[in-house]
This record gives sequence, C-alpha cells and structure tokens, in this order.
Amino acid sequence: MVIRTEGLSFNFGNQQVVKSLNLQVPEGSIYGFLGPNGAGKTTTIKLLLNLLQTQHGSIHIFEQELQKNRISILSQVGALIEQPAIYQHLSGRENLLNRALLLQVPAKRVDEMLNLVHLSNAANKKAGQYSLGMKQRLGIALALLTDPKLLILDEPTNGLDPNGIIEVRELLLKLVSEHGKTVFISSHLLAEVERMATHVGIIDGGQLLFQGSITELEALSQPLIRIEVDNTVDAANLLKRKNYPVADVTDEYVYVPYTSKIQIGDINALLIQNGYVVFSIGKQQKDLEKLFLSITQNA
Amino acid sequence: MVMKGFILSFRSEFFKSRKTLGFWAAILLPLLICLLLFIGFYTKSEGMASMPPMMLWLRFAGAILSVMGSLLLPMFVIFIAYSVNSIEHKADTWKSLFSLPISRLSVYAAKYFYALFLVFLCLTLFVLFTIGFGNLLSLVKPELRFDNYHMEDTLAKLYFKLFLSSLGILSIQFLLSLFWSDFLKPMGIGFVATIIGVITASKGWEYCYLYPYSHPILALKLLPHNTNKGETPQIVIDLFTKDILVGITISVLVFISGYFIVLKKSIK
Repeated sequence: MVIRTEGLSFNFGNQQVVKSLNLQVPEGSIYGFLGPNGAGKTTTIKLLLNLLQTQHGSIHIFEQELQKNRISILSQVGALIEQPAIYQHLSGRENLLNRALLLQVPAKRVDEMLNLVHLSNAANKKAGQYSLGMKQRLGIALALLTDPKLLILDEPTNGLDPNGIIEVRELLLKLVSEHGKTVFISSHLLAEVERMATHVGIIDGGQLLFQGSITELEALSQPLIRIEVDNTVDAANLLKRKNYPVADVTDEYVYVPYTSKIQIGDINALLIQNGYVVFSIGKQQKDLEKLFLSITQNA
Repeated sequence: MVMKGFILSFRSEFFKSRKTLGFWAAILLPLLICLLLFIGFYTKSEGMASMPPMMLWLRFAGAILSVMGSLLLPMFVIFIAYSVNSIEHKADTWKSLFSLPISRLSVYAAKYFYALFLVFLCLTLFVLFTIGFGNLLSLVKPELRFDNYHMEDTLAKLYFKLFLSSLGILSIQFLLSLFWSDFLKPMGIGFVATIIGVITASKGWEYCYLYPYSHPILALKLLPHNTNKGETPQIVIDLFTKDILVGITISVLVFISGYFIVLKKSIK
C-alpha cells in the first residue's frame, strides 16, 4: 500500500471532521477520493501531508510512518491542495524556477513541465494574470516538478474547462500507466473520477462509506428488470409465488434483480399467461452518479 | 540537512522577494533619504561653510539619525517583518511551503534571517550612502570641508548598534506577521508599541531598557563625549549596553518559541 491510514481521526475544536478513517491506496492506482463539499476531504489530505498534526490513529506512506519520516516521504510526494499556491507577482516560469531552486531540480525540468501542461507560451507572463485553468495547470506542473512517486491532488480540475479536464485526465492516466505513479485525487464529482479511477473511497461527514476498486463499486449497483404492468401489486405477488425475488414495487413498476436475458422473456410470458397487460419490460442499470448520491445521502 | 534546507530556503526568499517593494525598500529608503539630504546641504550650504568638518558630519549624519531611532527604524522593521511573511499569505503558499521535503526549522529560520538580512542591508546602505554623499558634497562644494574629518568608523559602529537594537522589535513583529495575514494588526500593534517606546524612552523611564520598542532610541542616547581641552572631541560608542543585551535575549527567546509554535501549528 502506498497510503495506509488506521483509525485516523481529526477534530477542529469539538467538531470531529475526520472519523476513524482506514484508507488503503494500492501502488499504481488512481484512487478517487469522493465526497460532497465539507465531507472532510481536504482535512484528510492535509493530514496525509503532515500539514495538520495527526491526533488519533496512524498514517503510513510508502509503508513508513509519516511523523517520523516526514522529509523522506515528502520528497517523493507531489501535492496540489485546494486552489494552487502560486506567487502572483512572479511569472509561471519563475514560480517553477523558485520551486526547482528549493528542491534542487535542474532548470531544464522547468521547461519540460511548462510544455507538459501547455504553458510554454504564457511562461513569462505574471501568474497573477493567469486564468483559473492556467493556474490550476501551473499547480499541477509544480506538483510534478520533482517527478514524485505519489501525487496527491485536491480537486485538480476545479475551474478547468472540459478540454482542460480531459487533458488532466489523460495526463494522470499516462503518469500511472507509463511511469508507474500512484495518484490520490479528491473530487466532489463522481463523473470526473469515474472515467479514470481504479479505486474509489467515498467519504461523507468525515466517515468512509465505501472503499474498493471501481468494479466493486459497480457491482454494488446491481442491474434490475423494470416491469411496467397494469396491476403492479398483484403482479408482484404472482412473481413472488413463482420464486422471483421482488426488489421493489411502485404504482407503475415492479423491479426484479436481473440475472439473464432469458429471465426477462420468462417473466414476460408468465405475466401475459396470467392475464396481466405488460406495457414495457427491460433491463435497468443504476448509474454510479445515483449510487454515489444514494450512498452519501443514506449516511 | 537543516543547514542545506536553510541555504536553499534563504536563496528562495531572495528569488521571491527581489521583485517586491519589501526588498527594494531596503535599498531605496537609504538612497532617497541620503539623496534628499545631499540636495538640502547642496542648496543651503552658505551658513555651513564656516563649520568645522566634524560638526558638518554630525549635522549631516545626525539629520538621519534623529528620526532613525524614534520612527524610521521601528517602522521599517515592522514593514520588513510584514513583507517577508505577506508573500506567503497573499499567495496562500504556507501549505505548499510546509509540504516540501524541507525541515520546518529551515523554512522558518530562513525567513527570519532573510528579514534580518534586509534590515542589515538597509542600515549598511545608510552608512555607505551617508559617507558617499558626504564626500561627494566636499567635491561639488569645496567650501564644505567634509573631507577633513573621518567618521566612517563611528558611523559603522553606531549603525551596527542600531541594527542590534532592532532585534527585539523584529522578532516580535515577525511572529505577529507570521500569524496574522492582514497588514493592519501587526502594523497597528507595532505603531502603538513604538509610540509608547518613544514616550517612555524620552521620559527616561528607568525600566525602558526592558522594552524592545524603546531600544532604537536608547541606542542613540548618551553618546559619551570625550571633551578634554585641547584634544579633538571623540565619540565613543559602547556597543553592548544592557538594553542591547536585553534586545538580543528577547529576540533569541521569541525566535525559539516561534519555532515551537510553527512546529505545532496546523496549516489552515
């Protein structure tokens, strides 16, 4: 595990903002850390970077305890926290040169990074005049400057236009697949993470509600057969008598867990043979967005 | 490890600040003030032609020194302490600074010593410009005999004492500016504290050597004159008076406690 926390909790005064978190971020994964605004994502990230002192529980990064190995761990981590931290009175290049100076990275790496995030043309412009998307890209360049093994990105696509979002996504996918990096990325938008994440952790109210691979998350949302029929309650009773597990009954629909196409045909035939009028019948996939909402709202 | 981080951070402080007013103030302030004084002496030289060279120098250097202790130095120190910290407050870069693989001590100490360096630079330039413009006056106005007396040594000592006297204020203001991102709080507190320092020092309060904001004024007080008849008068400067020793002690204590606060501090 690249990141492993055990029973990680954090209080601001009396308010507990992170509750007994057990994160497991495997090597080479893109871990989507999802949750609505105010769920405790940024606090967790600050704990992972030792910007906040761990109050309860433990944090291991690269299987090393964070407090005791702070500098050796941080030298292999690149981070972008909330809005990127950029000196407005310096140009984009100067911002990178300053960081390169601090971390003893050769200056030629600065130009590589500017190229990578498509800021070469604006490199000598004051960063204060950058658009939000450009600042975000400069922030990503700063995080990548030392070629870190682990990237921790807090809402990195905030303020980016759709093209920018796609670029960042492709960049991260490339970093993981070609360079073997691990990416820990937080977001309040499932759709943004869904397309690249290999693993997902969902946090709400400071608690981890789900953690696992993206396929495990998809498995949670089992497909259903939705049947539109004239008398839903009687139809549901008939299905039960014939040993079909009924998931839900509403005024208009009956829901049965989906197993195969043949089963849809069987149910249709059964209902018609028993004199019901079937208006429609078909497979329905609960999408992840709804699942994300239902997980965070049921908590 | 800590030393290397310190040097890198110190260089980065210079890199970041070299395009800000905070850095340029340390150069422009002495330049402008000495230049104005030069112009003043140049245009109003008639009454001074008969003065002995030593008195000329005392008037020339004294014109700056008289405001230096009471207002100029404390205000400049307050401003510098603010400006090195405000770079990070404005850009919201504390969090990225403290998530770099550099020890917190290096980051904190580099910032503190950079502020110290700027104050030192400013006061050094005051010495150089005072001497430079004084000698320039004797070139362009030969009736002003600045070249017949040398007070480089005295001025250097005096300004070095002023530098030492600013340590207490600098350390306190540095800590205030580290914690408050706005300009008004550290500035307001510093201003009121300076006024109190000026009043207590000028009233000769017996304990004002314990109060850092009085130290710059105390540093310039009581220049003992050696006035034996027939000898050229001499200015003797005692560098390590008790107010200076108190100032150094306070700065060391505040610097160390500041470090422990930074260590425990959670970055918002």
